[in-house]
Amino acid sequence: MDIISIMKIAFKSLARNKTRTFLTMLGIIIGVGAVITMIAIGQGATKQVNEQISSMGTNVIMVVSNMSNTQSRARQAAGSGNLLDEGDVKAIQENVDGVLYVSPVYNTYGQLKYGSNNWRGSITGVDVDYFLIRDLSLEYGQYFYPSEVESGAKVCVIGKTVADNLFVGEDPVGKTMRIRHIPFTIKGVLKSKGASSMGMDQDDIVIAPHTTTVSRLIGQRWKFMTIIVSAISKERIPMVQEDIMNILLTRHNGTTRDDFIVRSQTDIAEAASAVSNTLTFLLASIAGISLLVGGIGIMNIMLVSVTERIKEIGIRMAVGASKRDVLLQFIIEAITISVIGGLIGIIMGWSLAVVLGQTMNWSISVTPWSILLAVGFSCAVGIFFGWYPARKAANLNLIDALRYE
Amino acid sequence: MDNNILISVRDLTKSYQMGEISVHALRGINLDIDEGDFVAIMGPSGSGKTTFMNLLGCLDKPTSGSYFLDGINVAEMDDKAITQVRNQKIGYVFQAFYLLPRTTALENVELPLLYRHKMSSKERREKAMQALEIVGLADRAKHYPNQLSGGQQQRVAIARAIVNDPAFILADEPTGNLDSRTSVEVLELFQKLHSQGKTIILVTHEYDLSHYALRIITFRDGKVISDAPNLDVHIASEDLKKMPQLDIEEEVL
Ligand SMILES: Nc1ncnc2c1ncn2[C@@H]1O[C@H](COP(=O)(O)OP(=O)(O)OP(=O)(O)O)[C@@H](O)[C@H]1O
Ligand SMILES: [Mg+2]
Repeated sequence: MDIISIMKIAFKSLARNKTRTFLTMLGIIIGVGAVITMIAIGQGATKQVNEQISSMGTNVIMVVSNMSNTQSRARQAAGSGNLLDEGDVKAIQENVDGVLYVSPVYNTYGQLKYGSNNWRGSITGVDVDYFLIRDLSLEYGQYFYPSEVESGAKVCVIGKTVADNLFVGEDPVGKTMRIRHIPFTIKGVLKSKGASSMGMDQDDIVIAPHTTTVSRLIGQRWKFMTIIVSAISKERIPMVQEDIMNILLTRHNGTTRDDFIVRSQTDIAEAASAVSNTLTFLLASIAGISLLVGGIGIMNIMLVSVTERIKEIGIRMAVGASKRDVLLQFIIEAITISVIGGLIGIIMGWSLAVVLGQTMNWSISVTPWSILLAVGFSCAVGIFFGWYPARKAANLNLIDALRYE
Repeated sequence: MDNNILISVRDLTKSYQMGEISVHALRGINLDIDEGDFVAIMGPSGSGKTTFMNLLGCLDKPTSGSYFLDGINVAEMDDKAITQVRNQKIGYVFQAFYLLPRTTALENVELPLLYRHKMSSKERREKAMQALEIVGLADRAKHYPNQLSGGQQQRVAIARAIVNDPAFILADEPTGNLDSRTSVEVLELFQKLHSQGKTIILVTHEYDLSHYALRIITFRDGKVISDAPNLDVHIASEDLKKMPQLDIEEEVL
């Protein structure tokens, strides 16, 4: 008998038992839905991490002294502090080919106060190049000048969150706020960058000249500098990294490569995407297990259905159905259940991903390969778990099947 | 009637192995049945009638002996050929009807056609309707088995048996679940099909019903103990006229 007719028979038999068909399908719907949702969440996170890393700026290289190195730790404890100093910034600027911008970066926290409003914010002390490296543009006002950095002027640029919380409904530009009781004049407000994938508010920042930050807020004794560099092109990054390392080694006697970390954006991106790929894989595995359970559900119900329909199988065979016809009918029933279940699962999973993305404010990404994976897997589940009950049905002894009560 | 031999069995035996014991259901049957014959098989319970019918219907395989159908040795047929024989040569009518539940009368009758070569659904429908008309149930085509009386269900089963225009009809106690009047009605139907050229082999417990056949074979302990032409053939349609008519024909069952 031709496949089309067997398909018709299979569909009819599924339609005749709508409740059973639906319950069987449910396992697959949930399984496929979970796979789609989980992968969407995992992929969304990956995408956001990547965006975040590229929002660091373009062709960025970070230079840090390696605090996990024992020697450096010993020096730190002895009070000699960080290996890096302003001389390094200057040396990198002047002696490394392919460097576009360089800025030192100091980080500290402090209480911000304007009038009666208080806010606890993070303060970043930098040079003017920092704005260019990080690609930070202004919403209004202006950046501080190099001359203000040189003179250690008490000026700053603030992020949107700080502006919104300290200056409710007021224009902050030109106003003076206090950082740990020291008055700073606000020169500009940065354009919003939104929340990072780690949930950090990128607009909750105060950027001030590094000279002022060190002398007024951190103190020479406790300063810890990192250097941020941008290369003129992506291709030049490895060379620039190497040159920076060499300059640091010659400038600081008795140091080894282990004392410094010179890491490019690509290095960071690779590390981060390794993490988020692991996350995606983990989520997908959990979802895959539920798909497997759905498949076992299919087998279970198909087996019950074979037992329940032994007499029907006997009748069909008595009027001329071959073993092959019965086998195909049951397999097609199983595949139909898993394919339709899979399609519904995709729709449900996709919708759930979108809803989750909106309510939880997660970034979501439904990729074609996750759909392909889910559909392929649910077909495989249908064939795999439909096969055994179908074999069982087809191999029934005709007389026994007819006599079965 | 011409004398073409349709069925020929030689030394046919069938034993069932029940653990240590083997039950000899058939102990060497030799029979020839001509095309166009109407045979009634009688015999006490357990004498092997059903076993014999199952072998004739190619639903089961004999332990030994040979079965020639239309001159072809069934033992030499492969699965595919046997499936085809079941589908196209034989119409089986069972005591318990064996209709598919939750399936309309029409769809039940269509079933053998589904497993045949390609046929348009329109053609299939037409053939099934014709078969239902022959058994007088065209108006019940859309009914489900549980909406039909026992007699009607058996007529649907007969329609299913004849829809593929088989060479012969095997009916194993088709009236076993029916009251006496309905039984005679079923026999009337068989006589009608017989008059149209069908070969019919009928198993019955009831002596009265065997008189509607042309030939009566009696089984005992897995052997044929008598095989004789029926010298007193009754006409079912005439007997029905003499029987009391129930107000509602399907009241029983
Ligand atoms: N599947 C089976 N397994 C074991 N023994 C069987 C089986 N089928 C039939 N038998 C035995 O074979 C013998 C003949 O059985 P069969 O069903 O052919 O009798 P029958 O003449 O049709 O009886 P009845 O008139 O009661 O239907 C019986 O003794 C029965 O117990
Ligand atoms: Mg019997």
